Amino acid sequence: MRRTTRRRIRRGVLYLVFAAAVAAVVLAADWDRIRANFLQPDVARAQLPEIITIAAKNTILFTVISFSGGLVLGIVLALMKLSTVAPYRWLAIAYIELFRGLPALLTIFAMAYVLPIAFQVHVPGGTIGAGLLALILVAAAYMAESIRAGIQGVPKGQTEAARSLGMSAGRTMLSIVLPQAFRIVIPPLTNEFVLLIKDTSLLFIAGSTLQNKEITTFARDGVINSNNSTPLVMAAMLYLLITIPLTRLVAVLERRLGRSR
Amino acid sequence: MPLTGVAAIEVAGLHKSFGDLEVLRGVDLTVEPGQVVCVIGPSGSGKSTLLRCVNRLEEPTSGEIRVEGIDILDPEIDVDRVRARIGMVFQQFNLFPHLTVLSNLTIAQRRVLGRSKRDAVEVARHNLARVGLMDKVAAYPAHLSGGQQQRVAIARALSMDPDMMLFDEPTSALDPELVGDVLDVMRDLARSGMTMMVVTHEMGFAREVGDQMIFMDDGVIVESGRPRDVLSDPRHARTRAFLSKVL
Repeated sequence: MRRTTRRRIRRGVLYLVFAAAVAAVVLAADWDRIRANFLQPDVARAQLPEIITIAAKNTILFTVISFSGGLVLGIVLALMKLSTVAPYRWLAIAYIELFRGLPALLTIFAMAYVLPIAFQVHVPGGTIGAGLLALILVAAAYMAESIRAGIQGVPKGQTEAARSLGMSAGRTMLSIVLPQAFRIVIPPLTNEFVLLIKDTSLLFIAGSTLQNKEITTFARDGVINSNNSTPLVMAAMLYLLITIPLTRLVAVLERRLGRSR
Repeated sequence: MPLTGVAAIEVAGLHKSFGDLEVLRGVDLTVEPGQVVCVIGPSGSGKSTLLRCVNRLEEPTSGEIRVEGIDILDPEIDVDRVRARIGMVFQQFNLFPHLTVLSNLTIAQRRVLGRSKRDAVEVARHNLARVGLMDKVAAYPAHLSGGQQQRVAIARALSMDPDMMLFDEPTSALDPELVGDVLDVMRDLARSGMTMMVVTHEMGFAREVGDQMIFMDDGVIVESGRPRDVLSDPRHARTRAFLSKVL
């Protein structure tokens, strides 16, 4: 048998296995029950338009807030970790270990309920504000490590060239190192952004009025009210509608930035 | 403008150690304004470290360095202001890859010298023309050949209107056919009266353009003199041994 023929047969077998697996799932599923429990048009219609105008909007808003806050704090922490002053490094290390080690849910709970009781500290925006602050703190811990690696990934010659032109250390960091580090950290930060989109669902523990429900909380309440799981399917589709275009967009951005390298 | 009667660069008793390794073991050197000094020597002899001490990219362990009469190791001195007057060109070019050629040339003019955008662009264009790359204004460094990148790096340093230029093996990372263009630019620069300190392996260039040649080995200056004399009639056995290998 010729080599190409053998390869073609092997590929054909792989396709057949895949088709068989799909067929098995489709045949094994009880479509009537699936339709009744997960794909009810009436229930779906009842969720609209609030599941988009309130819940999806809030998910995006909360993600943007916690990502932006986390990014700023993450850059500060990364610079602290690279500082020549030892106490700054210790502080950054302790912070990162603490907030990476704790479950985000616990941190949200602590910020929303423990902090006000223990220290009489009230974050603006009520418990949801406190929950968002917690997400910022957690996101910063994760991003700090990626940003530090990005800064260290910029060749030393770049700093030397900038300093030899008379730029100060701060100016060099701002104009030369950080813009280049940013390109290195786009993939890990995209990852962090997608994780945050999903972590906003943990904000339910900070308590939610109708106006600040995000997708998961909204869908869960929809399930309880309608006694049907269709809202969960809608929630899943909404998350994918947000995350997939976003990751595609970043891939395009990355390719475009790559051209100037 | 450099003051008359004051050396451009004056180095005395310079020592530099990296941990236990003593790279410079007492270097004395004077570069007069307008002079071209070429530094040669085997790798590991300390010639690049010497150059990098002159603008304090390396912090000397001990000794004295005066640039235009000013003690640059004085802790009170603003090292950024000193560096802005000393142009430096690196072996690996070190252009800023995220900026266009034009922005590479204007960023320090604007941020360090406080020049207006218009003035900075004008100076940048003048210097790009000088290195023969006027058509690359909008290009990114990644789209240039090594030789072009190095000429842009020279133009970038010149755009700060420095009083002197340091070259750290500027042609060592280039393909042989690209070396000539860079040396041409450096030759023109030397003719225009620029004070230059050049660490190089280009003996032909040193012979033709250099006013003074320094041979370093093992952290000290072994021999110095007119390039013609050092190259054709070296006095020290170590110089002879090195030259017999590279010539």
